[in-house]
Amino acid sequence: MTQIEARTKIRAFLGKFIPEQDFADGDEIFALGLVNSLMAMQLVLFLEKDFAVKFANQDLTLKNFGSVDAMTDLLVRRGVIGAD
Amino acid sequence: MTLQDYLGVSVAPCAEAWDREERVPRRVLTELAGLGVLGAHISAAQGGRGRPATEWGEMLEAVGAESMSLLSILTVHAMCSFAVARWGDAATQEEYLADFVSGRKIGGFALTEPAVGSDAKAVATRFVDAGENWSVSGCKKWISAAELVDVFLVFGQTEDGPTALLVPRLTRGLSVVPISGSLGFRAARTCEVKFDHVLVPKRWTIGPQGQGFGWVASSALDVGRFCIACGSTGLIRACIRASSAYARDRRQFGVPLGEHQLIQAMLAEMTTDYKAARALWRAAAKEREDLQPGSIVETTTAKYFASTASSRASNHAVQIHGANGCGPDFPVQRYFRDARVTEIIEGSNQMQQLMIARDALAAFAPKRGK
Repeated sequence: MTQIEARTKIRAFLGKFIPEQDFADGDEIFALGLVNSLMAMQLVLFLEKDFAVKFANQDLTLKNFGSVDAMTDLLVRRGVIGAD
Repeated sequence: MTLQDYLGVSVAPCAEAWDREERVPRRVLTELAGLGVLGAHISAAQGGRGRPATEWGEMLEAVGAESMSLLSILTVHAMCSFAVARWGDAATQEEYLADFVSGRKIGGFALTEPAVGSDAKAVATRFVDAGENWSVSGCKKWISAAELVDVFLVFGQTEDGPTALLVPRLTRGLSVVPISGSLGFRAARTCEVKFDHVLVPKRWTIGPQGQGFGWVASSALDVGRFCIACGSTGLIRACIRASSAYARDRRQFGVPLGEHQLIQAMLAEMTTDYKAARALWRAAAKEREDLQPGSIVETTTAKYFASTASSRASNHAVQIHGANGCGPDFPVQRYFRDARVTEIIEGSNQMQQLMIARDALAAFAPKRGK
């Protein structure tokens, strides 16, 4: 999977919860209050399932899940998607 | 022996006495472990029984139909053991998981404090750096079955923020003070748990330091809500069981109570509630088996519905039993007291409403035309 495909997938998932706003890939979704704290667990479940990855404890910081950019970077670091 | 047989022989006849004595015998947990209940939610790869959520839910519903106090002990044990299985490091899992599955150790959950309830990330308990240890100081309140629990999952503040830590009950500086006379769940007697400079190895930290609320508490509460959803559904079943027997055997105005249409109306409502609650937890279980992100909201919905429906059903059950429903000779007054508690624990129903509504605002609102 390419980074662009991964971003599209993550945006589509978030789009179900942030329907009315435009959000940029760099926007901090938690800090901006676009989603609530429950979303953190939902994002872990989503990424682990759709990208067939199991995150280690050190991966699980809100920073790593705070934006489309951060999640894409995390997936690159975990070797799930290419670095392009 | 099947779980159903065990519950019929060893739980149903004792549940009233446990409620009065405010305790469940420790051996019951060991025996339930032998029947695969305590490790059902832990994967086989981690040494658990690895049962699908649907099957685990059936076990929890069956227990809830006999004793919600016992169900509540299973709930906190599941929350603590799940957290270790999901977030603990390999050495901690090695140290604890087998004992959680076999029932040699019972896990507890220590989040709530005298001044901190729903706003859980504001906990005041402190984890102070003491070299290889954390020094834990603070007070937890309303901690289920704390006299029986072997190890608590405790939430406190480090310099980095809320953090989760496993603390064995028998540790110097930890004291447990029971709270008698609660409304419901009496046999899972809640306690105050006080920590006075309790030294706990840092390696028992569960999950990322400073992220104990967003990840560890949230996911453990999700497990807890699933348990309460299934257990409350069992409680509705118990209300129907007691009320239909009573309505068949008791005669007024020359006919059995069950011939009176106003009694029938209550039984119809209770039965519909039971079927709906069951459908909701099973839908949540299916999502959990498929590891769907939507499982969290499905579970919340199931907990919200089953808990409020169990209150309605137990209210009807007392009404159908009349004065007998208020007395000590029928179990429905216990059902009534226990049902009320389900609307508060593992997140008050107001908190559940917030989650369900936020999801609805995103999921159901029609998309605006571009």
